[in-house]
Amino acid sequence: MERYWNKTIETMNREQIQALQLEKLRATVQNVYTHVPYYRKKMQEKGIVPEDIKTLDNLSNLPITTKQDLRNTYPFGMFAVPMEDIIRIHASSGTTGKQTVVGYTRRDLDIWAECMARCLVMEDANTSSRVQIAYGYGLFTGGLGAHYGVEKLGATVIPASSGNTQRQITMLIDFGVTHLYCTPSYALNIAEVMREMGHTKDEMKLVAGSFGAEPWSNAIRTEIESLLGLRAHDIYGLSEIMGPAVSHECRHQNGLHIWEDCFIAEITNPDTGEPVREGEAGDLVITTINKEGIPLIRYKTRDICTLNYEPCECGRTHVRMSKPAGRTDDMLIIRGVNVFPSQIESALLSIGEVQPHYQILVDRVNNLDTLTIEIELNDEMFSDNVKGIEEFEKKVSRQINSVLGINAKIHLVEPKSIARSEGKAKRVIDRRNI
Amino acid sequence: MLKQITVFIENKPGRLAEVTGCLADENVNLHALAIADTTDFGILRMIVSNPDKAYRVLKENNFMAQTTDVVAVAVGHNPGSLHKVLRELEALNISIEYMYAFTSRHKDYDAIVILRLTNQDGAVYKLKGNDIPVLGQELLDSLNKT
Repeated sequence: MERYWNKTIETMNREQIQALQLEKLRATVQNVYTHVPYYRKKMQEKGIVPEDIKTLDNLSNLPITTKQDLRNTYPFGMFAVPMEDIIRIHASSGTTGKQTVVGYTRRDLDIWAECMARCLVMEDANTSSRVQIAYGYGLFTGGLGAHYGVEKLGATVIPASSGNTQRQITMLIDFGVTHLYCTPSYALNIAEVMREMGHTKDEMKLVAGSFGAEPWSNAIRTEIESLLGLRAHDIYGLSEIMGPAVSHECRHQNGLHIWEDCFIAEITNPDTGEPVREGEAGDLVITTINKEGIPLIRYKTRDICTLNYEPCECGRTHVRMSKPAGRTDDMLIIRGVNVFPSQIESALLSIGEVQPHYQILVDRVNNLDTLTIEIELNDEMFSDNVKGIEEFEKKVSRQINSVLGINAKIHLVEPKSIARSEGKAKRVIDRRNI
Repeated sequence: MLKQITVFIENKPGRLAEVTGCLADENVNLHALAIADTTDFGILRMIVSNPDKAYRVLKENNFMAQTTDVVAVAVGHNPGSLHKVLRELEALNISIEYMYAFTSRHKDYDAIVILRLTNQDGAVYKLKGNDIPVLGQELLDSLNKT
């Protein structure tokens, strides 16, 4: 039995979706042309006027928007409404440069909560569910974004925010929490601390959880599901587009449904920017068509994935994106080979003994890139003789080489020596100065 | 059979001192120790006065530790005595994975070797049959008290 939050929208057929998207796209393009000088200029440079958008295919004629555009117009230059209508601001962390700022109108927040409520129903949440939000509350969209979706649904929200892990666990148990929201790395941290506190998953009533804000592999999914006794759903979003709930996995866990009444998704070739053939992997590009505060045309997310328009077993018709392998700016180029940290993670966890406590170090020694993977030793890998440990290191190194075609030096480190995550995990330390 | 405490130690300053500190705080005495070292890490092997306590304390302090069965043999502090033991093992086709030795003030057990062997049960049986003393925990604990 599948349930929906908004059955009419979630199950409309392809023709209906496309008709709705075209109508909203034309309105959006007209809106930004009129109200955002930066977009008007960009469109004029390409010789396009809003009236040129006659079909959905015309979308590819519109200019691409990048994070740099948001930086160029920092802080509020891309807003399409006067500040009187903006009732909330969120911002990116700004770790890779100047932070990017987004603003929401009352209607934007309502649509966001609507998208989030649909995601919650996808994972069997209802008014009697108890949802603990262990994403950080604040400028980061994770905490508040999930929060208002739970309130919209009418379930009980526990606004735990991140950190204070022992207290998180006490609440999970004492409050009979059914749904957990946090980053996948923090979910693993919670599971580990739970074991140290002497608690088991049987003391909890968890049914499902939504884990996002960082790329994670199916191996981590298996780990989280078995340690916490829940079904782990991937949730996707980015502040520029809205925040979490741009897309979410249904119970079939076979791709994340993108809410197509709010977003138009395209995949482009990362090198040429041209649209790829259907089913091919490339850059996910999203146009927001149901947004007032900061509508974005063809925003390049830098996430690599594929799109699948096949109808889903769950009955929802909205397109599914594959689990993102990672952002293009997370991609490492090691001696000319493109590697996503998530691929390294999958290869590591395919070796049974390895637990997801690792760190990837990239250096440049004598003009050559070197990759070192630090892995925390555990009882299963430990041996009283050097040969046993070195053989284990070789086994991991061989696995990395056979899967990714690169050489990695494996460095075993002591238990608990790699920092545990309370938010987005820092798995990669790139010490190259390029 | 004797319990050895085996600890993984990363090569960084002060790490070994943290191990000895934990043991000192719990009043655990060290009878013998040896380190197998590589570029990145070392494996510390110890014979201690209270192996169960030592193991527990190290685990509580997040050290990667395990207990490993080893054989302690008193060989006599004179030329050729170790050789005699090794010949016995060779005759049984038993290999030595690693070993280390220490001396004591006890007149009957003044030179002791700790052995990690491929067939420890077979070795102990054979050595005892040849009147070579195989030492247990209690005897080791009493060595330096006489």
